[in-house]
Amino acid sequence: MKKIALLAGGLLMGMAAVGHAQDLRIGMQDDPDTLDPHRSRTYAARIVFTSLCDKLVDIDSKLQFVPKLAKSWSWNDDNTALTFKLREDAVFHDGSKFDAQAAKANLDRALTLPESQRKSELASVSKVEAPDAYTLVINVKQPDAPLLAQLSDRAGMMLSPKSFAGEDSASAVGRNPVCSGPYKFVERVQNDRIVLEKFDKYYDAKDYAFDKVTFFAIPDSTVRLSNLKSGGIDILERANPSDVPAIKQDAGLVFKPVTGLGFRQFMFNVNNGEGAKNNPFSNKLVRQAFQLTIDRAAIGEVIGGGIFPPAQQPFPLASPYHSDKFPVVKPDIAKAKALLKEAGMETVQAQLTFANNTIEASTAEMVQAMAGQAGFQLSLRPTEYAAMLAESAKGNFQVDMRGWSGRVDPDGNIFSFVTCKGTLNDSKYCNPKVDEILRKARTISDQEKRKAVYDEAQTILQDELPSMYIYYQPWPFVVQKKVQGFEPFPDGMIRLQGVSFSKG
Amino acid sequence: MLKLILRRVIVAIPTLILVSIVIFGLQKILPGDPVLAMAGEERDPAVLDFLREKYRLNDPLPVQYVAWIKEVGQGNLGVSLRTDIPVTTLVSQKLPVTIQLAIMAMFFAILVGIPLGILAAVRKGTRVEFGANLFALSGMSIPNFWLGIILIMIVSVQFRLLPASGYVPPGRDFWLSMKTMLMPALVLSTAIAAYLMRHTRSAMLEALSADYVRTARAKGASERIVVLRHALRNALMPIVTLVTILFGELLAGAVLTEQIFGIPGFGKLLVDAVFNRDYAVVQGVVLCIAVGFIVLTLLADVLYILINPRLRYS
Repeated sequence: MKKIALLAGGLLMGMAAVGHAQDLRIGMQDDPDTLDPHRSRTYAARIVFTSLCDKLVDIDSKLQFVPKLAKSWSWNDDNTALTFKLREDAVFHDGSKFDAQAAKANLDRALTLPESQRKSELASVSKVEAPDAYTLVINVKQPDAPLLAQLSDRAGMMLSPKSFAGEDSASAVGRNPVCSGPYKFVERVQNDRIVLEKFDKYYDAKDYAFDKVTFFAIPDSTVRLSNLKSGGIDILERANPSDVPAIKQDAGLVFKPVTGLGFRQFMFNVNNGEGAKNNPFSNKLVRQAFQLTIDRAAIGEVIGGGIFPPAQQPFPLASPYHSDKFPVVKPDIAKAKALLKEAGMETVQAQLTFANNTIEASTAEMVQAMAGQAGFQLSLRPTEYAAMLAESAKGNFQVDMRGWSGRVDPDGNIFSFVTCKGTLNDSKYCNPKVDEILRKARTISDQEKRKAVYDEAQTILQDELPSMYIYYQPWPFVVQKKVQGFEPFPDGMIRLQGVSFSKG
Repeated sequence: MLKLILRRVIVAIPTLILVSIVIFGLQKILPGDPVLAMAGEERDPAVLDFLREKYRLNDPLPVQYVAWIKEVGQGNLGVSLRTDIPVTTLVSQKLPVTIQLAIMAMFFAILVGIPLGILAAVRKGTRVEFGANLFALSGMSIPNFWLGIILIMIVSVQFRLLPASGYVPPGRDFWLSMKTMLMPALVLSTAIAAYLMRHTRSAMLEALSADYVRTARAKGASERIVVLRHALRNALMPIVTLVTILFGELLAGAVLTEQIFGIPGFGKLLVDAVFNRDYAVVQGVVLCIAVGFIVLTLLADVLYILINPRLRYS
């Protein structure tokens, strides 16, 4: 009986292997949203775009910019115009040529399309010009250091202008994106798969080994891992931290984690509506005391399986703007109690809101226990994610736990969260000095000088603590042993250049 | 017969209108702002305003409802706010998946549940009945997500016999499609089989103690004929109704099973749409499910009449 089962198993496996030799299958946690780079919002869609849609520039693993559709770039002397020299051998999937006119049409679309999600990223752009076929000039209203980083992501992705010329173009582009990346769009079944096939006219086509790339949406992390173990997929993203020990022991798999650009944070409601009134956390001393009760390293070990690096600042470890001046604060219960006393409180009763999933819930429970040592009596309020967004925006929270997927440019990880009118500042914390410093940082393109300015802002923010960072979000990838040349990037994207299957 | 069907169709119309109002009203009660859920991490205020305007979220509810119904009347269920795919396309993509899963699960459930129910009734008080009851109890109480994951670990990871998850249309590769769907259909069928077994058993017990069965036995009919022809045919009536209703529920999607096995079916579509506050999809899908249910109950009535001659003359 056993023999028969094994025989049958071998037979089925053999059948499955035929015909898939150069097809790469990627298991993702989420199904992407629309595949229009100018309107898309999700991490999962960005992973697909990385193979589908080329952008003006890309980043390397050290977050430095490298050429893609643009061969080179430079700012003018007063930092008001960014000039790109474009490559001359790039072609869109519909056969039309990529040139400066096409790039201009794309940027104009990103700037003017009513549903464009890229408007705020390109807010400083005043005019886009194409002085000759392969020169693109972007004029800005005021110096904008984060602009190049925006163009290394969706704002810099190029669609064939023909594809968005017609009526109802927005939806049509989302259903059938025509870009210039190494792979072109074949089909999509929502909640199931997105299929791409190799684009032979891609300028670096020889560096891409796979004929076909399929992205599967497999939401359950256990099932995603089972698929990888059984050979149904070749790469998975976002392994569950609790599976890490088992993954490391599996001889057939390779664990490829990388610390990302994003973070988890506590946001304290300092000044937003009803929730801020009677909120003990609107007192700075209470916030500081709370921080002194939290053992970030312990959270990283227990909840994160060792892959959640503690975070004290919003800038990720890979960022040149990460500062040594702000080491991770170690727990100190005595000091926390002293601070509470100084604030005139023995015990603190407050409510912690968080999105209802396993990792968030267990983190919240740990935090509840840790903060309890100094006299914090936290009640936990698990909330469905979309409902939490609305509640937090309205100010119906005292302290919440939230995530940010992170941006390459430091501005993206701080500005909207702590400036007085910041769109993500649900705390309504407001310090004009911080606003001024962060605005200044936007205008400086020199890395050293800019870093000094961010350090200045952080010195204030670490003291006033409107937000407390917990850990950096990791991107834990796992690949089959046969997958060669795969390296994870801090932005969590899957770059397939140079990736192949080992022979044999 | 025709008259009956016609009358049922007419009755269905107000039901549908009521359903559409309830669907529409319910999701507006959902906590959370759909626009915030849609606008992504950055929450650009200009984008928020545009989306509110575009999807008429600033209009009063009745105005929104009338606008939606007008579109539905023209066969237009709208476009997914999240992926740009028309809801009608989504429905036509997902419906065959769910139907395939439902048919396969129902097939297994009937194959196991009904014979087991008959056996339990005929062998009342023996170990056979105890075993059948144990099966029914486990079938009902073992959670699908647990059974699913255990099956995947054993069948796919350990022995590599079947694909762990996913979906392949039968048109593309029939055998692979069947293989992929085998585990989810089995998992889904456990509870239904248990349900069918319990109901078959009690219906059979009732039938077996009826006068006509005694008469048949007195006539000297063999036990086989008594059980299968006399008792079973009468006991089947409520089972047929049960099967159609259960089938209707399967069509509404088996969310947990679909989630575990990564099957892009109706249930998953609906649940994802609710979490993403993708109103157009929620409305369209629930409407389709409601229509499906009404059609199925109609079908059950017709089947009933066909099986039970006594109803034909009333």
